[in-house]
Amino acid sequence: MNTDDDLKGGVTSGLGHIMPAGVDVSHGPILYLEGITVSFDGFRALNDLNFTVEAGELRCIIGPNGAGKTTMMDVITGKTRPDAGTAFFGQTIDLTRFTEAEIAHRGIGRKFQKPTVFENHTVVENLELAMKADKRVRASLRAKLRADDLARIGETLALIRLESEAGRLAGTLSHGQKQWLEIGMLLMQEPKLLLLDEPAAGMTDEETARTAELFKQLAGSHTLVVVEHDMDFIASIARTVTVLHEGSVLAEGPMDVVKNDERVIEVYLGR
Amino acid sequence: MTSALGRLRALAVPLVLALMFLGSGQSAFAFDAEMVSGLLSEEASDKADAIEKIVASGDPTTLGLLAALRDGTLRVTPDKKLFIKERGVLKDAISGADLEAEPDESEKVTINNRLRSQVDSAIAGLRIFSKDAKERLVAAKAIEPSIDTLPMLSKALAAETDAKVREVLRLAEASAKLQSPDVAQQLAAIESLAASTDPKVRTQLQALTSPPSGTETPEAAKVRTAAVEAVAAIERRLAMYDIVGRLFTGVSLGSILLLVALGLAITYGLLGVINMAHGEMLMIGAYATYLTQQVFRSHFPDHIDWYLVCAVPVSFAIAAAIGMLLERTVIRWLYGRPLETLLATWGISLFLIQLVRQVFGAQNVEVANPSWMSGGIELTNLVLPYNRIVIIGFSAAVLLLVWLMLTRTRLGLFIRGVTQNRTMASCVGVPTGKVDLMAFGLGSGIGGLAGCALSQIGNVGPDLGQSYIIDSFMVVVLGGVGQLLGTVYAALGLGVVAKFLEPFIGAVPTKILILVLIIAFIQKRPQGLFALKGRSVES
Amino acid sequence: MTTFTIPGREPLFSGKGWAALLAFLLASVVLVPVLFLAVPESSPFHLSAYFVTLIGKIMCYCVVAVAMNLIWGYTGILSLGHGVFFALGGYAFGMYLMRMIGREGQYQSDLPDFMVFLDWKAYPWYWSFTDQFWYSALLVVLVPGLLAFVFGYFAFRSRIKGVYFSIITQALTFAFMLLFFRNDTGFGGNNGFTDFKRILGFRISDPGTRATLFAITALYLAGCLVLTRALIRSKYGRVLTAIRDSESRLMFSGYNPLWFKLSVWTLSGVLCGIAGALYVPQVGIINPSEMSPANSIEIAIWVAVGGRGTLLGPILGAGIVNGAKSFFTQSFPEYWLFFLGILFVVVTLFLPKGVAGWIASRKSGDKT
Repeated sequence: MNTDDDLKGGVTSGLGHIMPAGVDVSHGPILYLEGITVSFDGFRALNDLNFTVEAGELRCIIGPNGAGKTTMMDVITGKTRPDAGTAFFGQTIDLTRFTEAEIAHRGIGRKFQKPTVFENHTVVENLELAMKADKRVRASLRAKLRADDLARIGETLALIRLESEAGRLAGTLSHGQKQWLEIGMLLMQEPKLLLLDEPAAGMTDEETARTAELFKQLAGSHTLVVVEHDMDFIASIARTVTVLHEGSVLAEGPMDVVKNDERVIEVYLGR
Repeated sequence: MTSALGRLRALAVPLVLALMFLGSGQSAFAFDAEMVSGLLSEEASDKADAIEKIVASGDPTTLGLLAALRDGTLRVTPDKKLFIKERGVLKDAISGADLEAEPDESEKVTINNRLRSQVDSAIAGLRIFSKDAKERLVAAKAIEPSIDTLPMLSKALAAETDAKVREVLRLAEASAKLQSPDVAQQLAAIESLAASTDPKVRTQLQALTSPPSGTETPEAAKVRTAAVEAVAAIERRLAMYDIVGRLFTGVSLGSILLLVALGLAITYGLLGVINMAHGEMLMIGAYATYLTQQVFRSHFPDHIDWYLVCAVPVSFAIAAAIGMLLERTVIRWLYGRPLETLLATWGISLFLIQLVRQVFGAQNVEVANPSWMSGGIELTNLVLPYNRIVIIGFSAAVLLLVWLMLTRTRLGLFIRGVTQNRTMASCVGVPTGKVDLMAFGLGSGIGGLAGCALSQIGNVGPDLGQSYIIDSFMVVVLGGVGQLLGTVYAALGLGVVAKFLEPFIGAVPTKILILVLIIAFIQKRPQGLFALKGRSVES
Repeated sequence: MTTFTIPGREPLFSGKGWAALLAFLLASVVLVPVLFLAVPESSPFHLSAYFVTLIGKIMCYCVVAVAMNLIWGYTGILSLGHGVFFALGGYAFGMYLMRMIGREGQYQSDLPDFMVFLDWKAYPWYWSFTDQFWYSALLVVLVPGLLAFVFGYFAFRSRIKGVYFSIITQALTFAFMLLFFRNDTGFGGNNGFTDFKRILGFRISDPGTRATLFAITALYLAGCLVLTRALIRSKYGRVLTAIRDSESRLMFSGYNPLWFKLSVWTLSGVLCGIAGALYVPQVGIINPSEMSPANSIEIAIWVAVGGRGTLLGPILGAGIVNGAKSFFTQSFPEYWLFFLGILFVVVTLFLPKGVAGWIASRKSGDKT
């Protein structure tokens, strides 16, 4: 397996599956959305949304239900095509032109609101499937785990505290454990940008604290965009907070500033 | 008043005097022994002459004699008296008076095959003077227009009072005149024929359009140009009728597909389940119609024409009840497992088919159209059958009712809510279990209505559902989920496209081509024509 | 770290598994031919030609079930049109068998009887070279494979899934059935192909030929099992199961499901096609009813009865259902559809993991 060489190629190879080149963040932003509009049968889920994230940032997004948080993630990961606007990953990668798999391959990892893991695979197999590698058919037929792959899986297992559950089927894990496994899978992908939809939901206080710890640790080497409702959790990790409302940005800035913004209190936090 | 006028007009023609006698129920004979004496000759040619004379008389009262001649019941005594002996009843061949006793000696008047066919066409021709307008119409259509039949046609046309028959006769006369040597008469004929839509007329005119091998006289050229124009006019009109006809059959097929697919689309939108036993709901509806018919036959034979009206609610109720029973016993246990539901409902369909086979037999049962549904609207050479028209109207009515139910009632609101977001609907207190049950009953009931409609145009047998079900699946795939309009467009679209393709490439290639088209279409719009968008739908 | 199996490193089969496979091969390649050919008919150990044909036929069905299990059991895509691949393989090889009849047909013509009957003077172009065994064998693979590939490409590319996909495959097989029912299509219409005489110069009715075909079918079935096991044990197999369980997670992990689905779908179609080619000379007839939607759905029920996503379940299921079918159609033909219908419902309601799953749960239940 010579995946590392393959992955840097940036060439179209095999069955039209494009191997990614690196992400060009030389000008600062890693994610750049401008004028994004998405409508569903007349309802505007996103309305001329402008949103930028700098490389290495840990950004939190809050907003009431229906503000467009999940739809924004859908646009970034290629699940939904915007009706208008541009979405760039780094300087060069136009996200509106690629499929979900290609975008994932280029370094955007996504955790769903509801934890989704491969329930009939063991924890180790889940990590193995997520692991950065050549993910085409032919390679998957020959793939063998090498010692350093196993070491990486071991490290991630330790990080997400699932060593003792390594051989269990993922479907039998608790809700919090599934959340952790999904985060672990994301990390195995070695993404540049992580989109995390309510990562702390269903976790115990202790688990939540550890998640916050992990995210702070990851920031810098990774870029994280976290959608959450748990304000304490956000307060513990946030540097910059973006508030979405009715499909566009209502406010953006440090937690303290946003928390005291009149409009934010009106629509979201409540008095 | 009109009939009096018609009679006045008819008085102008001497022959019609005889017809008037006929009309008043008396019989009179305008021909005599002299006229038929040729029949007694040994020579076939003499007999032929005699038949011709009889025909030329245009006298409908000769029909009895000609029929007797054809059937071999015409006999002749040694003293050349003709009489008819049919099933022991004796009649004078000329006067038609009853004979008391059979003459001691007589022999059959024989004819050969050539004469027989001459007699046949003579009989057909003479019917044109029958007193029954329907019979006259048949005869008018049967007469081969030619220069030989022209005098008879003109005579009949002059005497004709019925508008329909007149039209046919007018065309036939014009066709006959085409063969006339008189150019003016030819041109007049072409002009009047150009308004026709009969493919036969077109063929006749076409014969005049080919340029002659040698030089052409100016008159001949005139006739030819007129013929070319007339053919073009006819072809345009035929093409238009053809399009109208295909549109009609297409809409008819589409309305059937709509009826079949409507129930399916509702349950699919709601439960994400394709009910493979939906075809059997059609079958049940059709058998319910059959049973209603049998009950009417045995208990209310006087009102048999109205059995269908009664069968509509009956077929809905029976199919809906069976559908709800299935929902409660099988389908509700499989929610969230659509593929398993597919298999289970298929199993149910096998079971129901076999059950009906055991109860009613494997043979088709006979379901008759009520008399008010037989026949159709005739547009010259195009017939729009009443049963098809009724079904188009019926499916429009069902569509309207379903639409009203979905938009104006509480149940409809619930159904739409659950279709769009089951969890949310359940959270705000919609009793989803009950809604599922009602919706499944509704879908199955509509299937039953479709079966009731199908019983009027096709065979009713245990396999009835199987022949429509795959097409209706395609309608659902094409139409998309959750909106009635998609189903309507898809059903009518598929029906019309199929009927326009069929004449060119045949029925089976059409089916295949439509499948290919649907797959191609889905490339562009994976969710079908109309789909609910949004994140709740995909999860 | 606790112990766990490293993905991809477990053995292909356990010792017991290898032994069972070997026993099966010995039985079908040595024991059955000996009992059929060498043991005299009077002996109670003699196997009748009927029995050998029946088991050969069921083994073909077993392969179809194994192929169906690949696409449905492991990948979660329910095909209701697998009969079309089976039948196309059968027809492709049937063309060769028809040409080998030579002048032994009723009309003693070079053309097959049905063409003489239609008053055709020559073979249509698509019959060219079908008198060559190897060319026909190639068609057996190519025709179902190509159809599966093209159909699958367009279906999977537009992300047709679940019930949608199932009913479109049903329409596919239905359309092909109508096509093959037509006499003009050139494949014998209603009657299809039958009355075969020779295969590679051997008389098809010879016991030796029968025994050979039986042994080849058994080898093929064993080969399909080993192939399935090898695929499922690889990362490829884990991706397939991941498609079944959570396709979107897989996509967001950087896999393009299209090529995985398409490859396993095409493989499944080809496996069915070859099974069809082995079926035709043994059963002696192929006609369009093999493509009827009902037949294809029955394949799904074999797999469901046996147990989806288990290695041996489909074989068990194909055996049980077809055994029951033979029994019913001989003893109570009118109750077969009742039985089959109820079977569909009972299995989906009460045996979601099939007989194999039920046995497995009984075993694990015994232990505790």
